Amino acid sequence: MPKESTTRGRVLRMILFLSALLMIWQGVYFLGVEILSVWKSYAVPSPLGVLNSLIEVTSGSVLSVAIFKSLQRLLVGFVISMGLGLILGLMMARIDFLRQNMKPLVLGLQTLPSICWVPFAILWYGLSDSAIIFVIIIGSMFSISLAIENGINTVDPIYVRAAKTMGTRGGALWSRVVLPAAMPSLIVGMKQGWSFSWRSLMAGEMMFSSVGLGQILMMGRDLADIDRVMAIMVVIIVIGTLMDRMVFGTWEKSIRKSRGLDRDDQ
Amino acid sequence: MTLWVDRVSKTFPGSMKASICDVSFQVSEGEFVCVIGPSGSGKSTLINLIAGLETPSTGEITLDGKPVREPGADRVVMFQESALFPWLNVFDNVRFGLKNQKKTPEEQEKIATRFLKMVRLSEFAEYRVHQLSGGMKQRAALARALALDSKILLMDEPFASLDKQTINLLREELAVIWKETRKTIILVTHSVEEALFFADRIIMLSAEPATVREVMNIDLPRPRSIESEAFLSLRKDILKRLRVEVEEVAKGEHDAR
Repeated sequence: MPKESTTRGRVLRMILFLSALLMIWQGVYFLGVEILSVWKSYAVPSPLGVLNSLIEVTSGSVLSVAIFKSLQRLLVGFVISMGLGLILGLMMARIDFLRQNMKPLVLGLQTLPSICWVPFAILWYGLSDSAIIFVIIIGSMFSISLAIENGINTVDPIYVRAAKTMGTRGGALWSRVVLPAAMPSLIVGMKQGWSFSWRSLMAGEMMFSSVGLGQILMMGRDLADIDRVMAIMVVIIVIGTLMDRMVFGTWEKSIRKSRGLDRDDQ
Repeated sequence: MTLWVDRVSKTFPGSMKASICDVSFQVSEGEFVCVIGPSGSGKSTLINLIAGLETPSTGEITLDGKPVREPGADRVVMFQESALFPWLNVFDNVRFGLKNQKKTPEEQEKIATRFLKMVRLSEFAEYRVHQLSGGMKQRAALARALALDSKILLMDEPFASLDKQTINLLREELAVIWKETRKTIILVTHSVEEALFFADRIIMLSAEPATVREVMNIDLPRPRSIESEAFLSLRKDILKRLRVEVEEVAKGEHDAR
């Protein structure tokens, strides 16, 4: 197990590294824009400018409203996507015919970047919330279903055999053995699905949206305010990281730890 | 309780040779029967057939007159790799099968507590599976199997993946538990010593395809000591007979090359 002091040391080193990076960034900006004038100031963000923009956007209600709206869409889309992905995944896991014939198709669809679904979404739902939610669902449900199918089919058969000889059968075999056994991979699948949802949300919102993180990012472009674009990007990174690490990361870690799946040095 | 294995053969799909060929024997209430044979002789297949995890190609297995068609809690199996569930703690593992038997939670807890005590794991009830040593895992698996009060307990090389000291300890413990519970047990092993230590009767299988080569009644007094003279001479004798089988397998492998 890592000692507390080494964890603190690691955080300290990381802060140091990031500070150095920021200083270099500011230096390059200063050199390129202010001294040599080879770059236009509206095309290159500077750390200080981004900081100013961050303060500016966070002081008003614009950002919080956008975050709220975006997360709302994300949640609705993700929940529906989980449901559909679960159904599709279970079907592919249970029915050999579907696994053999449907899975290759799903694998193909999963490689399609979600932004490719935007034209579809607009034609079907117009420039509406439903269209963005559609992009979220279609952008993440295939990867979720594949993770579920894979998680279930990689469950060690010995667990099922043992449970059968103890008189477990039918639905109980699924709810008491297969699903709990597959849980670690199911969480990985959910985590992946969540990050696909997040990307799809941004793709959707940047194409068409009246309120949302993607939309205020595009607004930065319309105003030729590169610092603002960068500031919103920072916000998106922070939210994405928080959700990924805090929610799914913590969950995954705790379940892995309870089953002794984690190495000691992590 | 009577288990009949009646002229059972098993050929796996895609395989030319039978894994088990025309095996017959009978096990009665309270008997401890050990099945030995060279590795790869279909010993585990035999256990799986009795458990109902596989179905015989020909022949029939009956328990108290009823043909075995699927797995069930009257024929619990203890596997070589404990097969404990890593998402449950030790206590809930032991209790797992009891939920299928429509027992009240109080009854379940009482039974689980009793058998955990019997295998001396009471203090580890809350432990997760990965926190147990190999020997403790097999003890927990034994408690889980015993808790179901099956008509017959099937053991598939239950000690094979443990170190020598743990094996000796667990054998002694199983002998004591068997004396207490008088459970009907079929234990499959590659170890003559283990078979001699436990068995009322040893069924020796031949090399592939497995047929019953010999059935030996073991009258050594209990508790048995693996160091007694009678034990050692009997062991030597059986090993000699088994060696013929092992050599035949080796010869077969050699010829196939």
